Amino acid sequence: MSVVFERSKGLTDVKTHYCPGCSHGIVHRLLAESVEEMGKLEDTICISPVGCAVLALDYFEFDGIQAAHGRAPATATGIKRVHPDKTVITYQGDGDLASIGMCEIVHAAARGEKITTIFINNGIYGMTGGQMAPTTLPGMKATTAQLGREVSLNGYPIRVAELIATLDGAKYVERVAVDSPADVIKAKAAIKKALEVQEAGLGFSFVEVLCACPTNWGKTPVDALKFVKDEMIPYYPLGVKKDTTKEGQ
Amino acid sequence: MAKVLLKGNEAVVRAAIEAGCKYFFGYPITPQNEIPEYFSKELPKIGGAFVQGESEVASINMLYGAAAAGARAMTSSSSPGIALMQEGIGYISKAEVPAVIVNMMRGGPGLGGIQPSQADYNMCVKGGSNGDYRNVVLAPGNVQELVDMVQEAFDIADQYGILCIVLADGLIGQMMEPVELRKPKERPIPAKDWALTGRNGGKTHRVYNLKLQAPDLEKDNFDLFKKYEVIEKNEKRHEDYKMEDAEFAFASYGTASRVVRTAVDRLREEGYKVGLVRPQTLWPFPYEAFDRPQIKKFMDIELNMGQMVDDVVLGCGDKEKVEFFGHTGGVLITVDEVCDFAKKIMGGAK
Repeated sequence: MSVVFERSKGLTDVKTHYCPGCSHGIVHRLLAESVEEMGKLEDTICISPVGCAVLALDYFEFDGIQAAHGRAPATATGIKRVHPDKTVITYQGDGDLASIGMCEIVHAAARGEKITTIFINNGIYGMTGGQMAPTTLPGMKATTAQLGREVSLNGYPIRVAELIATLDGAKYVERVAVDSPADVIKAKAAIKKALEVQEAGLGFSFVEVLCACPTNWGKTPVDALKFVKDEMIPYYPLGVKKDTTKEGQ
Repeated sequence: MAKVLLKGNEAVVRAAIEAGCKYFFGYPITPQNEIPEYFSKELPKIGGAFVQGESEVASINMLYGAAAAGARAMTSSSSPGIALMQEGIGYISKAEVPAVIVNMMRGGPGLGGIQPSQADYNMCVKGGSNGDYRNVVLAPGNVQELVDMVQEAFDIADQYGILCIVLADGLIGQMMEPVELRKPKERPIPAKDWALTGRNGGKTHRVYNLKLQAPDLEKDNFDLFKKYEVIEKNEKRHEDYKMEDAEFAFASYGTASRVVRTAVDRLREEGYKVGLVRPQTLWPFPYEAFDRPQIKKFMDIELNMGQMVDDVVLGCGDKEKVEFFGHTGGVLITVDEVCDFAKKIMGGAK
């Protein structure tokens, strides 16, 4: 009997702490498979954020470090400047990247740091218990927006992929989702493409992944994926926001 | 090697490069701008990298990354910038990755001023980040010592896996003195087998900052403090100046101690039996150097409101024996002021 699917060698053989239905597991797998398929397991360093993915370094079988909240792009900059021949990846959530770390991500992208950022957008703070994120949708409930995000009070969600795409140092920017098998396949292709852009030394690459957080959304895993499709994707349109590679031109 | 005339800030760069530092991350702030400026010119020539961070917060986290990647790397700043770096200082301390910071202190608090000061003693020596941690803090008193200490800071950082701060001030950074670049003493420096280099056919490297289980974190902290005990045993350093027959002693470090040294000479000429105890390491603090029953009074002279006084009291064991004089906010002390203050304390005791 032939093996048609197995755990990526880029993943450690441990149980994760993620909740049932959480999208982190899918994105971890996609990232690990991409690194493995590119033959980069020996040469990759991944920066974990502060947030639910703070323990990601225990789940990946390549080098890892825990950065300060939002500072992963700065820490990645230090690592990449020392090891320009290694693949350096930041894996960050929306509170980490788009709130406390907006300065670091924007400037790493503007500098054209040859790193890849995987941005998990689930519109909520997971680890701290469902507080409002910069990406929380209008009307969406959070523990710090109990009646739903009121834009006249809390402002508007930030479309980060579009923002990053405006920066000349960003060479590849795409938004994907992991709400369906078809979207998961597209998400993997985007992650791989982003890593190839880094490998080619073109500059900064960025993949925003629309993800589900059933626990803090108060939904079943199935309903949470439906929310991604019905509510998040319309606000955060999927697709390539910028591609400066030859194929993209 | 022949002596060269160097400005303090430029001397930092020469010394760091001599010590093998190839990476610098920093943000502009007066009075230390010559350091990043000079690094930006020199590091590309030697295959290193200079990055002007978007903030001190980013710069210290870049340093965290470079240090975790196994490189000799540093940042520099001045007081308000060091305040912004406190988050990263805590992370570097927790991760126990070796790194170096030069702080050319200026007046505070807040935005404060741009004139020389020693008002970051508490922030740098006692710790301005969260949690139980220590940094080695070296206090140079002239440009030669600045050069020596910057070189040594990289070795100390590597030997112990610790953040080493060279705590100077705007005056030392801005003044020119003849200096010699010389090799520091040999130290046992362990291999960086923990560094993020990629697996390269070996084990996966992981640099942690979070311990969710309290007993695990406590164990880490106990281990940290075992290391700190070794550093306290090995690294305390001070200079005695004219202390042989002294009945009164100044306690002073850095720029303030230069003024005090001249005051000691003048007071000696007038017949006073007075000397100077000058801590060269502020952590670990040379408490034993102040344990001198024959000294009637310690006169603590600093460019702040007396931040070292508590340590001098701990050292001599008698708070009644310690008097303080200083200026703050960037105002310098003069030899006349120090002599007048000392004479009031010493009375007619010659």
